[in-house]
This record gives sequence, structure tokens and C-alpha cells, in this order.
Amino acid sequence: MLKIRLLKDKIARHVMLGLTVLCLLILFIIGTVLLVKSLPVMRDHSLSQLLGDSSWKPFKGEFGFLSFILSTLHVTMIAIVIAFPLSLLTSIYLSEYSSPRARKIFSPVIDLLSGIPPVIYGVWGTLTIVPLISATIAPKFVDFSTGYSVLAGGVVLAIMIIPLIISILTEVFNAIPRETREASLSLGATKWQTVKKVVLRKSASGIIAAIVLAISRAFGETIAVLMVCGNFTDIPKSIFDACYPLPALIANNYGEMMSLPGYESALMFAALLLFLIIILFNAASRLILNQINHRYQL
Amino acid sequence: MRKLEEKIFKALMIGATTLIIAILLYIFYVILRKGLPSMNWDMVTRIPTGGFYLGKEGGILNAIAGSLMMIFGAVLISTFISLPVALFINFVLRKNSTFSNIARFGFDILFGIPSIVYGAFGFMVMILLGIQASLIGGMIAVALLIIPILVRSIDEVAAYVPRDMIEATLSLGATKYETLKVVYRQLMPGITTAILLAVGRGIGDAATVLFTAGYTDSIPTSLSQPAATLPLAIFFQLSSPIEEVQNRAYAAALILTVIILILSFLTRYFGNKLSKSKI
Repeated sequence: MLKIRLLKDKIARHVMLGLTVLCLLILFIIGTVLLVKSLPVMRDHSLSQLLGDSSWKPFKGEFGFLSFILSTLHVTMIAIVIAFPLSLLTSIYLSEYSSPRARKIFSPVIDLLSGIPPVIYGVWGTLTIVPLISATIAPKFVDFSTGYSVLAGGVVLAIMIIPLIISILTEVFNAIPRETREASLSLGATKWQTVKKVVLRKSASGIIAAIVLAISRAFGETIAVLMVCGNFTDIPKSIFDACYPLPALIANNYGEMMSLPGYESALMFAALLLFLIIILFNAASRLILNQINHRYQL
Repeated sequence: MRKLEEKIFKALMIGATTLIIAILLYIFYVILRKGLPSMNWDMVTRIPTGGFYLGKEGGILNAIAGSLMMIFGAVLISTFISLPVALFINFVLRKNSTFSNIARFGFDILFGIPSIVYGAFGFMVMILLGIQASLIGGMIAVALLIIPILVRSIDEVAAYVPRDMIEATLSLGATKYETLKVVYRQLMPGITTAILLAVGRGIGDAATVLFTAGYTDSIPTSLSQPAATLPLAIFFQLSSPIEEVQNRAYAAALILTVIILILSFLTRYFGNKLSKSKI
């Protein structure tokens, strides 16, 4: 009887260990498969050609990713510029000023915003942001814009990353011990001065981690951006021009036209690029956040 | 001067917070306004006739059924993998052992990988194995996507299981595996919340199922048939030039939003239960 119990225990442990290792291996398997698949295109073209050239002619075997990379960067930058100040102000308000009751009322807002599927944001964007840009905003700056643009992508992405930034920032602010704030307040500083000089300064690394994590989320967002960006292969000249971010490129073309030589490989190269950047950014910000948690727990 | 600065920033903060609430309400309003007029009995009880992209008749039952089957399979697969993993790194290993922390870090990274990468990877593996776009392909891709969510959310509630209870069980002579059966019961509300979160994320994601599950007008009758899903029903039908077809997209958007809302309420309900039992 005891033997059977011990045997069960042993088997269970090994199964659990195996599953854990297998899950973590997925990370390496994905990386390896993407690398192997993108080797052909890297053999035919130099890295500087792939990353620094904007001529995209799959039929002629020309794969320059510059316009896609720039599209991704522009859209992400706009998203961060819009989302960061809003999220920072909101999280300061929630963690430093508001009553616990107000916080309780606000928390479903964050949950719902982060729970709404990307495709719903896409629908909302095409119904509201796109016409707003083409009819009202763009005519003030440029002659013509369809509304499907860098700006539309940036705005929709901004709303999608706001809940992520807020939830990380409130966590970071909450990790700062109450005493540090009280020390500042007791010296006669106003609440805002305390926030500015104590809270924000103490959480600088956490704020950076939140931004980096938000950037990596924005890089990988596919469907919502695809629906409002216009998907036009050219380097966008203004924020009212259409653009074509990397994930949208993969989503629109993968699975079709696989017979073209090198095309699949080129798309896998795009996925590899996304994968590596996102892992790097994720790892960096998680390390910082873990360190913050660790520091204040001791 | 100091007072003025304080006032300005407080106003800005309240403004930002209000704006975010307003945006959320505006999103719901737009989806409701577009979706409600398109909703009717046919929409939820019939599959599209004459092709989903051009046919004017019929509804989106194919996508509703496809999505439900897909998420059911995906949750089943991923729970059977995630639960042992979360129990392992929390209770079999010491809570903060190096391996546990490395595993947590790994799942955080996996959580950050965009769904399009999971989708493309899944599709590539399917080609290698000679599998067509199908229900089972979609289930596996979605399972990959939600495993990190499940592991990390169960892991979070596992921290609240009283250590004394585990030690009491162990000191009575139970093996670690037998201890897990006790712990598992304590974790039930937490596991429910984790699954609800995962369902929400999995049912709404379009990029994972885009290549792996395909799209079809009919309801799949076996795992190897392609399956339609709600996010793709929205994505594809919205781009159609025909108004009736676009209306199907708006109706699908409304249904998906309602599903997300229900899930969110349930999560809150079980979450509250959890925090009560914590004390």
C-alpha cells in the first residue's frame, strides 16, 4: 500500500516536471522553428538589405522590410505618446488621491478595457476614429486622407495598452512604502510635491518597465491595427498616410501565395523579428519589475 | 504657486480618469448602437446562406458554434497542462526555489508573445504534420495562447493557500501528491477565475485562429473540419461591400462583447468569493 502511494507520488512529480519543462521549451521551439524557416531569405539577402531597404516586391524576390518596420515604430510611438500621460495621471490619481471606494469603482473599467477583444477595438476604430480623422482632423493638415492611417492605428493601440500601463503603474506605486510619503508630507510638502519628488522618483525604473512592456504589447498587436491602418506598402510620409505594420503583413499574406519562392521565408523572418524584439523587451521589463517587488518585500 | 500647481495636476488627473471611463462607455455604446438593429432571431439560429461574404440571408450560428467548440477544447487541453504546472511550481517545489522563479519568468515571457506568432507557428507545425486548417488546429493554437494566462493566474492565487495546511497534511504522512488533492480544493475559486480569464482571452482572439482554424459557412461536425469563429466572423464580414453581410459582423461584435461582459461579471463574482475565503 505504501509502495503504491509512493509510486503514485513519484509518477505525479515526474509528469508535472515534464509538463513544466515542455511548456517552457515551447519558447525555444518557436524560436528555433522561426529561425530555421527564415534562413533561406537571410541567405539570399544581407541583413542590411532586409532591414534597411523598403522595396517590397515578392514576385521579383525583393524583400525589404523598412516600410513595415517604420510603420510599426510610428504606430507604436503614437500609441505610447497618447497612452502614457493618460495612464500615468490616472494611476497617480488612483493610488495617491482617490478614496478606496473610487478605486473599487474604477477597477472594473480596467478589467473591461483589457478584456475587450482586439477585433472589437478594430470595429470601434473603423466606425469612429477613421471617419473622424478623414472628415475632421486630416483636412486641417493635409489635402486628403482616407482615415485609415498611422494616426488611427496609434489611437486604437493607445486605448488597448492603457489598461496594461495603469495596472503595472498602480502596482509599482503601491510597492512604495507609506512611510516615505509621510516623511515628505510631514516636512510640509504638498501632496503633488510628494508625488513628484518622492513617488515618481522612487518608481522611475518601474515606470520605464511599464513603458517597455507596453511597447512590446503594441508591437505584436495584429487584428485591431490591421483593421484601421490601411495596409499600404510604402513608408508613411505623415501620420495621415496609410501604413502596414509587421503583424498585419503576416496576417494578411501568410497562408496565401506560399508557392512564391522565398515568400514564406520572408514572412517567417518578419515573425522572427517580432518574436525576438518582444522577448527582449518583455524580459527586460519583467526583470525590473521582479526586482522592484523583491526590494520592497524584504 | 504650490497650491495652483496642485490644483492643475489634480484637475488633469481627474480629467484623465474620466476620459478613460468615457472611452470605455463610448466603445460599448457604438457596439450596441450598431449591433442591436442587426440582431434578430435568424442571426443566432441560422448559418449564412449563399456564402458568408456575399450571401444576404442567414445568420452567424456557424461562428457562434465554432467559437464555443473551439474555446471548450482549448480550455480543456490547457487546463490539463496548466494546473499540474502551477501546482508543481508552488507546492511540489519550494515556493521560491530557483526553478520556480525561472519557470514564472518563462511563463511571463510566453504570455507576452503576440497571438499572431502563436498562430503562424501553429500553422507551420500543422503544415509539417500535414494537417489542414481545422477545429483541432485552432484548439491547439488557442491552448498555446492561454496556457501562460492560466499558469500565472493560478500561480497568483496559490500564494494565498495557507502553508500550515500543507504542512499539517504532510505531517500526517501524506505524500506531496496527496497533499495536492487538498490544496486543489482550496484553489477551486481561483482556478475558476483563471479559466474565465482564459476563456475571455481565447474566445476573442482572431490572429491565432486566422490560419489554424480557417473559416467555413457550416458548423463543424468533426475535429478535422475547419471552423468559423466570432472574431473572424467580424473581421471578414466587416470588409464585405454588402450591407446585410456587414450587419452580420455588427451582430457578431455585439454577441462577442456580451460574452466578454458576462465573463467579466463572473470573474468578479468568483474573485470576491476568493477574497472572502482568503480572510
